[in-house]
Amino acid sequence: MAEVFIYIAAAIVGVALLLALYRFVKGPSDADRVVAFDVLTIISISAIVLAAFVEGRGIYLDVALVYALLSFLGVIAVARYLERGF
Amino acid sequence: MKKAQDFALLFATLLLFWLLLNGSVAVDVVLVGIGVALLIPFLFRDSLAVFSELRVTPQALMAALAYAVYFVKELINANIRLARIVLSPSLPVEPGIVKVRTRLKSKMGRLLLANSITLTPGTLTVELDDEWLYVHWVKVESADVEAATTSIVAGFEQYLEVMYG
Amino acid sequence: MSMFFDLLGGLLLVCGAAFLLFGGLGLVRMPDLFNRIQAGTKATTLGTLLTLAGVVCLRPEWGFKLLLIGLFILFTNPISSQVLARAAHRSGTKMSDKTCVDKLEEDFGEKP
Repeated sequence: MAEVFIYIAAAIVGVALLLALYRFVKGPSDADRVVAFDVLTIISISAIVLAAFVEGRGIYLDVALVYALLSFLGVIAVARYLERGF
Repeated sequence: MKKAQDFALLFATLLLFWLLLNGSVAVDVVLVGIGVALLIPFLFRDSLAVFSELRVTPQALMAALAYAVYFVKELINANIRLARIVLSPSLPVEPGIVKVRTRLKSKMGRLLLANSITLTPGTLTVELDDEWLYVHWVKVESADVEAATTSIVAGFEQYLEVMYG
Repeated sequence: MSMFFDLLGGLLLVCGAAFLLFGGLGLVRMPDLFNRIQAGTKATTLGTLLTLAGVVCLRPEWGFKLLLIGLFILFTNPISSQVLARAAHRSGTKMSDKTCVDKLEEDFGEKP
């Protein structure tokens, strides 16, 4: 029962990832790419949590947490660069 | 006295997070947690003042609870509105950056306000300048400072004012 | 009872995924950077929170860690979008033609 929902959810998350990836590739400005990257990471966190559930491996949750942490720091760093950069 | 209170608060928060992260209360886990949770507040001891701005009174706790409920309601509301805009073929946006004023004095209160504004219907805090907030609005209803303040800030402010002053 | 939680969890998962999709769609459709940030952060925050809540229903023993991830996202997501928006405005990102007012530009003018 729950399996059906998970596959539907995973498919939708996949489409969302593709949309964000489109913006990431297309740009047009660097800031657009950073926003797309930020959204990509957040969607990926959901994807990792779904993967953890499907595989039944709790250790993946730590991966998701560290991923969230690193992406936050990365976005802040790039924003700092944009502010001073050009 | 105040410093000790800040220190204890951050220590307790960090230790709680550590225990949640580990999901166990084995002796070694707890010991490492206590060590790290002592070290971090010690390293940042000069910038802990933001924690003591939170009031701990029954009214403040009630306000915090009401704030949480209101926040969740607004978050869902924001997303439904946004989904409607994104899904409609004509894309009915009318963006702009408006200026609003807050009565909150504390840094933590302003940070929470700015965060809440960012997550609620069609608004995004762009810049903070003392009591002035510059807010990007997907559908500008009014460019006037007073009117914008009432419709964006007032809802959260009434709770945050009790919590932080 | 477990049947109920299975159903609830599945529904929450699908709702969360739908909001993530709206976030992605907004990111593609919105006319300028600031609107994209809005669509991107708001929809993905709720989407992720709902997904996490769904997994909590299906796997209650992961509750603590999922709560931690949710809290982290709830606090950092608005901050990162705020910082990005500020950086973009300061570095002079073009706003959409539909923009009707920009008080920040009026007050601060061209940022160095």
